[in-house]
Amino acid sequence: MSIFVGSHTRVLVQGMTGKEGLFHTRQCVAYGTRVVAGVTPGKGGQEIDGIPVFNTVAEAVKHTQADCSMIFVPPPFAADAILEAADAGVGLIVAITEGIPVMDMMRVKQVLYGSASRLIGPNCPGIITPGQAKVGIMPGHIHRPGGPVGVVSRSGTLTYEVVYQLTRQGIGQTTCIGIGGDPVNGTSFIDCLDAFEKDEETRGIVMVGEIGGSAEEKAAEFIRSRVTKPVVGFIAGITAPPGRRMGHAGAIISGGSGTAAAKIAALKRCGVHVCENLGYIGEMCAKVFKTSSTSGDGP
Amino acid sequence: MKIHEYQAKRFLKKYDIPVPKGEMAETPEAAKRIAEDIATLPVAVKAQIHAGGRGKGGGVRIAKTLDEVERHAASIIGMNLVTHQTGPEGKRVKRVLIEQGQAIKKELYLSLLPDRESACILVIASEAGGMEIEQVAAKTPEKIIKVYINPLNGIQPYHCRQIAYGLNLPSPAIKGFSQMLTRLYRLLVDYDCSLVEINPLILTAEDSVVALDAKMDFDDNALFRHPDLLECRDSDEENPLEVEASKYKLNYINLDGNVGNMVNGAGLAMAVMDTIKLAGAEPANFLDVGGGATAEMVENGFRIILSDPKVKGILINIFGGILRCDVLAKGVVEAARKTKISVPLVVRMEGTNVEEGRKILSQSGLKLHAAVDMKEAGQLIARVVAGQH
Repeated sequence: MSIFVGSHTRVLVQGMTGKEGLFHTRQCVAYGTRVVAGVTPGKGGQEIDGIPVFNTVAEAVKHTQADCSMIFVPPPFAADAILEAADAGVGLIVAITEGIPVMDMMRVKQVLYGSASRLIGPNCPGIITPGQAKVGIMPGHIHRPGGPVGVVSRSGTLTYEVVYQLTRQGIGQTTCIGIGGDPVNGTSFIDCLDAFEKDEETRGIVMVGEIGGSAEEKAAEFIRSRVTKPVVGFIAGITAPPGRRMGHAGAIISGGSGTAAAKIAALKRCGVHVCENLGYIGEMCAKVFKTSSTSGDGP
Repeated sequence: MKIHEYQAKRFLKKYDIPVPKGEMAETPEAAKRIAEDIATLPVAVKAQIHAGGRGKGGGVRIAKTLDEVERHAASIIGMNLVTHQTGPEGKRVKRVLIEQGQAIKKELYLSLLPDRESACILVIASEAGGMEIEQVAAKTPEKIIKVYINPLNGIQPYHCRQIAYGLNLPSPAIKGFSQMLTRLYRLLVDYDCSLVEINPLILTAEDSVVALDAKMDFDDNALFRHPDLLECRDSDEENPLEVEASKYKLNYINLDGNVGNMVNGAGLAMAVMDTIKLAGAEPANFLDVGGGATAEMVENGFRIILSDPKVKGILINIFGGILRCDVLAKGVVEAARKTKISVPLVVRMEGTNVEEGRKILSQSGLKLHAAVDMKEAGQLIARVVAGQH
């Protein structure tokens, strides 16, 4: 089991013919992902590595039954690309693009409220179910298939670090999701926590947050009331100065809110095992998840 | 991107939002001429820096005569203004805004910003104007009105009424207020503002509303569609190293510590800063070279870190996903040769092409400490800058 993507997932890539898009499409194919179509307006009819390219998402879906889109379209056109995928009925939209204006994403989010599509990102590394499908830009080889841990994070490379430490401890992952570092994004921590809680194979969850906003605080409340599986948490940005955008558009402490200290306190209050030093998160997970599985917490 | 009050007021004027008569001056003589044009006294002489709290720091003064205008402008231009937002080092004032004095009946607070949680434009208003809104929120939350506007529909008359009646505005003021709020909303959307704050918004003796102060901040991600904003950027308000870094598309923020660091990815960069602190040292910067970094970007990053005299050691932590370790290693070697690096260097690399990267580093003849993981990297750099290595 896994959440959101698996070996059944049929992926189309919006912006596949660009440099980044093509590089990562090839990486995904090499990992075993079923990439069935590419979409680049004006390049319909071409074929790249045997993958057919279409002018529109609707066309691509009609001919290939793609149910997931991975988006590499540049920021000025990315919101349009997301809406196009949703309009074509694509169930899962993974937006890798960094730098989409907030105003664009607010409109996209309002439209998606009334749609059946799930958006992951933007400004994210994507999603991977190790051994089955990689829909994103993360290095596949650091992952270990088979679970039992689900990972959800606002960051990219920080997630790779966490996954790498898990793998080195011999702890596999069910699914790893980067929900993105933008202030307005699609799938939330809570959506992922909920899905991991319902996924039988997932027996523990690692949640990686950072400064800015209150998504971690809300997730903490959700964990307290709805999550029975053990959760290890990490929050980046203890040393971040207020009022500065720390690389991610959403990583900013404003008006005294969104601090790492407040998030760590909220997570601890709600029973999350908080790791404060990234260097030790693998060891901590080994301890927490081992204890909980021997105590009969998992199936 | 932040802009000055006088620039923000030009935007307000463009949208027919009432602001006091006035103009910006860079010399006391120009200040006096502007006051002469305004033709009425008193006028306000306001320091133009990117920070709030200017009044308390002595950066805003009222002049009752033309000579006073010149004197106040002379004392403010060139002063080092320290406010609670500038930090103890303060900011050098280069310009003043000269504005017509207003007959104030009441001071209000009004701001508009994109709200991340609701994906709506949030309007915040309060009768407690002229104070910091965070303080009002903490002490008298009942005095804060919040209205959420769905960006798909935009602002509607009822939104304006909700706020106007919530502020207990007198009937004659309501129409003018609603018009002003609608225009402010349009300005925010048109220019992709991340904040428009009017504090105070004043109610005059004649029951009209005037924006006495104005603060605007813009979404950096949307600057590509507002080329006219670039001329509003005042690089003097930014840290010179940060300005330099932005030329190379590097995400760099200068901090107070002595451990320089270079990381790929914003989240990991923050976590590395935290690791440095937890190991007993202090980070000198935040530097995210990004996922698609080239050898040249790494080299520039290096040069910028090294031009900060506080830096006593550098930690490089790269988790190569998109950025391959061999590319990073080449950049490090190249930069170290060119800059004649004089401080200890700790490198931790993992990910794509890590073996090739390690080989490039070890064959470079550079003196560096290689760390196998994050834990060791943090401990090593702390020991190195403490001089125990």
